[in-house]
Amino acid sequence: MKRVKRRYLALQLECEGLPSEREFMDTLWAAVTKLYGEVGASLTGLALISFDGERKIFVVRSSLVSLPAVRASLATITGVSGKTASIHVLAVSGTLKALFSNLV
Amino acid sequence: MTRIFADLHLRINPKDQQTAERLITKAAQMGYHYISIPFTQGIQEKELTALKAICTQAGLDFVQRADFKPRTQEDLMHFLRKFRRKFELICIICDSKEVARQAAKDRRVDLLNFPSLDYHKRFFDRAEAELACNSLAAIEVDVKPLIVMEGPPRVRLQSSLRREVAIALEFHVPVVISSGVGEEALMRKPRDLASLGYLFGLDEAHALDAVSTNAFRIVLRNREKLSSRFVAPGISIINEGKSV
Repeated sequence: MKRVKRRYLALQLECEGLPSEREFMDTLWAAVTKLYGEVGASLTGLALISFDGERKIFVVRSSLVSLPAVRASLATITGVSGKTASIHVLAVSGTLKALFSNLV
Repeated sequence: MTRIFADLHLRINPKDQQTAERLITKAAQMGYHYISIPFTQGIQEKELTALKAICTQAGLDFVQRADFKPRTQEDLMHFLRKFRRKFELICIICDSKEVARQAAKDRRVDLLNFPSLDYHKRFFDRAEAELACNSLAAIEVDVKPLIVMEGPPRVRLQSSLRREVAIALEFHVPVVISSGVGEEALMRKPRDLASLGYLFGLDEAHALDAVSTNAFRIVLRNREKLSSRFVAPGISIINEGKSV
């Protein structure tokens, strides 16, 4: 079986207050599902890797082929758990090591 | 190569200085180099000077833009005669086929905007694209409706945009992606703005061009035309000597 190539995205959340990891991921899934449906969302392989509450930076993983779809979905997010919010992509990388070195 | 990004449609009331300052500062932080706020009722020197000052302070290049929604061809011609030399960017909001066709063939028009969500009121078809490609006009896509809308209206809009963008690419009509937003929460970074192009069939390179190259090429071309040294396309005064 061919290995699935992945990309790691560092996301900056801009909102009042701090949502929980669960609320954040639910918002992400909801946005992807709204745009691409359940089958499309299942192909993205989204997963939360790490979370920096102080800087409101989330690191998520996605498959390489669905990266454009995930990025488009992220741009359509206007709220997290009922509060106005926006999500900006800070960096995209193929390895976590490179991603974190980009963030510093 | 570092890309130069532009958001040519920030929908701010030029009279509301506080909001303008907040949004302009945010645009600078997000990595834009050029921004534009449309004037709809002619040029207001006081507001223009204030906006330019805010942009300079934030390290941005302010582009003077006028938006007009003509009802007839005569309206459009009158507007272009009056304002073309005063603004760096002219955007025509096409609400009728007659206006859309005339705007597409007029070389003084820079951007064609089709705001209607109604499929029947979007006039960017093959005939329109053919006229636009001969006159250097570009099609502007505001992404705000894609961000704020949900469900069937967004699906219909995506479908219309996909068709229009495919026609534009076929006829080599430049596509410009603008935000069209007036709230901080809806502002997106240039690459995030470009990523929305994927929703209507733009690949990464074309989408990035739509928020950078395509946009600032229009601005540079018009600035050259408006400069006192411009004579004709490709001809400009380099140095003036004394006659012997």
